[in-house]
Amino acid sequence: MNIEGKKIIWKEYQKEIAEDDYFYVRSCVRQSFFPGSETTFLRILRETLGKNITEHPFHTTCTGIGYHSDIVPYETTMTVIARQFALMTESGYHNYVPSCITSFGMYLEVLETWHHFPEVEKKVRELLKKATGKEFEKPDNLVHASDIIYKFRKEIAEKSKFRLINRFTGEPLRIVEHIGCHYAKMFPSKGIGGAEYPHVLVGLIEEWGGEVIDYPERRHCCGFGFRQYIVKANRGYSIACSQKKFESMKPYRPEAILTNCPGCPFFFDRWQYAISEMENVTYGEDGQGIPVLTYEELAGMVLGNDPWDLGLQTHQVPVEPLLDKIGIPYDPEKKYLGKNGEYIGKPAIAANLKFCH
Amino acid sequence: MMEKKVAIIGGGVAGLEAASSLAAFGIEVTLIEKEDQLGGHVGQWDRLFPSRRPAKEITGYLTEKLSEKVSILTSTEVKKIERSGNAWNILLNNSRIIVADALLLATGFDLFEARKKEEYGYGIYDNVITSADLEKKFALEGKIRNAQGKVPERVGFVHCVGSRDEKVGNLYCSRVCCVTAVKQAVEVSEMITGCEVFCFYMDLRMFGLDFEALYKEAQEKWGVHFIRGRLSEAFENQDGSVLVKVEDTLAGRPLKMKVDLLVLMSGMVISSGTKELVDLLGLETDENRFLQPADRQLKANETGIPGLFLAGTCTSPKSIDETIADARAACIRIMAYLNQSAVSSQ
Repeated sequence: MNIEGKKIIWKEYQKEIAEDDYFYVRSCVRQSFFPGSETTFLRILRETLGKNITEHPFHTTCTGIGYHSDIVPYETTMTVIARQFALMTESGYHNYVPSCITSFGMYLEVLETWHHFPEVEKKVRELLKKATGKEFEKPDNLVHASDIIYKFRKEIAEKSKFRLINRFTGEPLRIVEHIGCHYAKMFPSKGIGGAEYPHVLVGLIEEWGGEVIDYPERRHCCGFGFRQYIVKANRGYSIACSQKKFESMKPYRPEAILTNCPGCPFFFDRWQYAISEMENVTYGEDGQGIPVLTYEELAGMVLGNDPWDLGLQTHQVPVEPLLDKIGIPYDPEKKYLGKNGEYIGKPAIAANLKFCH
Repeated sequence: MMEKKVAIIGGGVAGLEAASSLAAFGIEVTLIEKEDQLGGHVGQWDRLFPSRRPAKEITGYLTEKLSEKVSILTSTEVKKIERSGNAWNILLNNSRIIVADALLLATGFDLFEARKKEEYGYGIYDNVITSADLEKKFALEGKIRNAQGKVPERVGFVHCVGSRDEKVGNLYCSRVCCVTAVKQAVEVSEMITGCEVFCFYMDLRMFGLDFEALYKEAQEKWGVHFIRGRLSEAFENQDGSVLVKVEDTLAGRPLKMKVDLLVLMSGMVISSGTKELVDLLGLETDENRFLQPADRQLKANETGIPGLFLAGTCTSPKSIDETIADARAACIRIMAYLNQSAVSSQ
């Protein structure tokens, strides 16, 4: 594989990312899936990077899941998104930052629609005004939250306490990256590095000391395709997608999977457990799974955040072996204590996947 | 008439044929070629479809036909072109100025940059090559090995790379890629006993007289597999082989397979040299970015500018025989123009 060929593509797909003053919108599902990630993002932006970032309590779903499942009409989606832009406008911000990849794709799709069909934008403005009395400006800068971590990856590296190095061998950790489908597959020019060889997570891994593994099924969907998992009868497709990727990456002996989408880490994490239960197959070393991380969790790890503040105890595949390799300290006794110090409960031990209690 | 001069920009098949044809009429010709050798793309090719005759036969014949009335300027680039009365003043990169009564653009084509089809991994995956790369292997190495030095057991050919593809903005067919793929598939089969060869095509455009026979030979004699379906993606396996995903639209099912070498049939696009002339001369281009003649049916070699003519693949993709015929047609229009201007100047 010729990395120089990728570098040519990476140079061609760069985009403007605002320097400061962000309007952040959370994901519908990420706070349930990986509850520490969005909080960690805000903490890194504010405390580590000294940036101004705000949220709005009245922000709602973008309707993305409903839209892609054909239960929300596009006109409704556009009007809901227009309302989100109105919240940004009312707050005095111009740089819109969604946490969710599906939302990022939705916002791009709506803005592109309005660009090509101004009469549709006009109609949506009328609908929003009629329904809520609100008006809005379109964002000056729309990027995904992982784009911002990418932009400041060097600053994070400078302030980091840990590198992505196996302290026992001195070798870089072998990490596979998985990009949410809606990040750049619909609009390649809107993703850092484009759609086929995105650089947004590769840049983080390499800057923080790790080694990126490319593998044959890298571009394949994680299994979070909405029609696969929302329809219960289709969930076999979902786990089959994930399994296909695990089988493809296994020969490269990855030590972690890094993601930037709400669904991908969830399915990679939970389906490893499900596959171990169903088929007694595991994909990590010595019966372990491959730890799955969000980009915020990884950033928090290298910055030396307490793993339990990052929410790593909520992962199905234990992250402790990875923490041990890097040398990140953690207190096993506090793993299942909540922020208020109260015991939050412990999951049952998996039959085949090695677990750490 | 005898003192008339014509400048030709481009020393490929069209330029060579036009130069010798015009010289045969007694015209003084200056042939300007930016590369250090004449022959264009054909000069880089090993053997030609459908007969598999050596490409050197064509370029050799065309070059040998050039008489002393043709001044050849290789490694020479055009910097500026001005129209002064009925004459063309052409400033070259060596500061020399060529004066001509007529100017023929025979600036040819460029191969589509295969890396732009990012999903196929050209320039990234070691065993993804183009049809031009394969011809070089034929010509220079006389054998086929993949990047790991292995004799390929499976070779795939991807048709229509950069042609008939809205995604890259090229809606046209490049005409020669289908039969080139069949020719190369046969050659690979000849060279490597037992090698499985697959052609992934949209539809096969075997328009030439002997093309269909070659296609039949590929299937019946060499067992080349023709799979109707456009490749969606290619990936590199750990051993360097290439994993391809394609829909077999005849079988109605997705297909995933491993090949040791994947050959991309790059189509034709307007050449960078032609683009420069578009700016220098204010020429029109069509929706596919090729030069726009005055009329594609009736005035295919003429432009809206008196004394400026077009020949070859700068106006559209063409095969070699079509290019030669087109160059000869351009010469007829040039001679008519020169005769007319000679009469009017008297």
